[in-house]
Amino acid sequence: MTLGYFIYKIILVVVVFAITMVIAMYSTYAERKVAGFLQDRLGPNRAGWFGILQPVADAVKLFMKEETIPSVSNKTLFIVGPALSLLTACMTGVVIPWGTSLSFFGENYSLQIADVNIGILYIFGVVSIGLYGIMIGGWASNNKYSLLGAIRASSQMISYEVAMGLAIIALIMTTGTLSVGEIAAQQHGWHWNILIQPLGALIFIVCAFAETNRAPFDLPECEQELVGGYHTEYSSMKMGFYLFAEYINMFISATVISTFYFGGYNMPFIGRFVTDPNLLALCGVAFLFAKIFFGIFFFMWVRWTLPRFRYDQLMNLGWKVLIPLSILNIVLTGAWMMRHEILNVFIK
Amino acid sequence: MQPLTNRSKVVVNKQMSLYEKIYLPAIISGMMITMSHFFRKKPTIQYPEQKREFSGTYRGQHVLKRDDNGAERCTACGLCAVACPAEAITMIAAERKNGEEKLYREEKYAASYEINMLRCIFCGDCEDACPKEAIFLTDRMVVPEYNRKSFIYKKDILVEGVEKEKRIDVSRRQTAAVLEFKKHKEFEHNR
Repeated sequence: MTLGYFIYKIILVVVVFAITMVIAMYSTYAERKVAGFLQDRLGPNRAGWFGILQPVADAVKLFMKEETIPSVSNKTLFIVGPALSLLTACMTGVVIPWGTSLSFFGENYSLQIADVNIGILYIFGVVSIGLYGIMIGGWASNNKYSLLGAIRASSQMISYEVAMGLAIIALIMTTGTLSVGEIAAQQHGWHWNILIQPLGALIFIVCAFAETNRAPFDLPECEQELVGGYHTEYSSMKMGFYLFAEYINMFISATVISTFYFGGYNMPFIGRFVTDPNLLALCGVAFLFAKIFFGIFFFMWVRWTLPRFRYDQLMNLGWKVLIPLSILNIVLTGAWMMRHEILNVFIK
Repeated sequence: MQPLTNRSKVVVNKQMSLYEKIYLPAIISGMMITMSHFFRKKPTIQYPEQKREFSGTYRGQHVLKRDDNGAERCTACGLCAVACPAEAITMIAAERKNGEEKLYREEKYAASYEINMLRCIFCGDCEDACPKEAIFLTDRMVVPEYNRKSFIYKKDILVEGVEKEKRIDVSRRQTAAVLEFKKHKEFEHNR
């Protein structure tokens, strides 16, 4: 492990972190803009050119606001909650392959921070810890509404994690690896996993909506019943942290969906037009980000179209529909993989 | 029981068909609807830069008119104050002295004339009541103020300027129906 390698990894980490932050920041702006356009409005357009400085204005507002910590709350956990939420949201980007690799002076520099051979398990682990941020925040507020919101959030995320995991198992069966980098590499050309696993992709996307607590599954923060859900007692930048974590999660979800099912950095036919490997790698990064941005837009599009599920409908969908469907998906995938053996049995 | 309106519907608790249970077709059609709105022309008017044109008979801030020679038309008869349903108008009358003929049209004039813009409901009854065509509502907006006192408009704001460019055009308020009515001299109002 040379010094150069070390510096390159640090640069990569910083760049990924910065990009994550900037995208999350501008997701708040994009959300308002998209919401406006979908509702025949214009959205924020006063701060800067087309309202481009709106996220900065929002951040300044959140920082300047009075910070209140309820006297009955558990102060340590009250602060740990949002911090944990944001921390885990930022950690997932480590195993994502942002591109193939760049080569300078005969050295290859992979655009993936850490190609862990159990990348999928790592993503699941980190996402599950993210739940603690919400749970701790809701519990530490010592407020009934926050507690109920946190319980809802946790039960929802646990329920949908099951279906999500089962959908991924079918994907692992076809790809034969747990490494995210390898899954992305396998999907070169038109070998996108959505064509092999359409049902699994659908289940995964639906579960991703539930995991990120976004509409139509944004029950943890339903204003009508629970005031603000788990962040009722939060104010100032701690509240901002929770909101920010939601947007980072959305970005990461879009990234994971595009990496797992939509070919990651691969784009068919690009090899015919671009031959330089470095340029090809950069094109791959651009394609991945194009897919991610569409994914984020899709998240917003759904949010401003669909009404919120009722709680029993949510649980019914999770346990009675998605989990059986994903098990069926595993069975079908297995049957397809073993089709020759099964046919042999019948022929004999 | 006899229904009160013909719009009542019998609630059917029917089971959803499989097609409806899948949700996805309905979701996709809903998303297509929102997407069609995405590209629609927005009806927003960017207020400070863009202003919507007021109707000709818009009832905004009042003006106290002068006649062609620049003398105030108001004679402080108090009919507007009587007509005002919100009791927003108060005035103090005074007698014209010699040498003030240029300033006031008739022998009596309003020494002070106040309209409380917070009370005013902009109904235009003062304008209807005025026998001297002195008070009119215009298409100007009453601007926001920081305190209540500033909303009590005195003569310095209400009376229009003497110079030609400072005159307030109220001809748009004088619709054909109004002009027709004013021709009838047999009505007490027009005498």
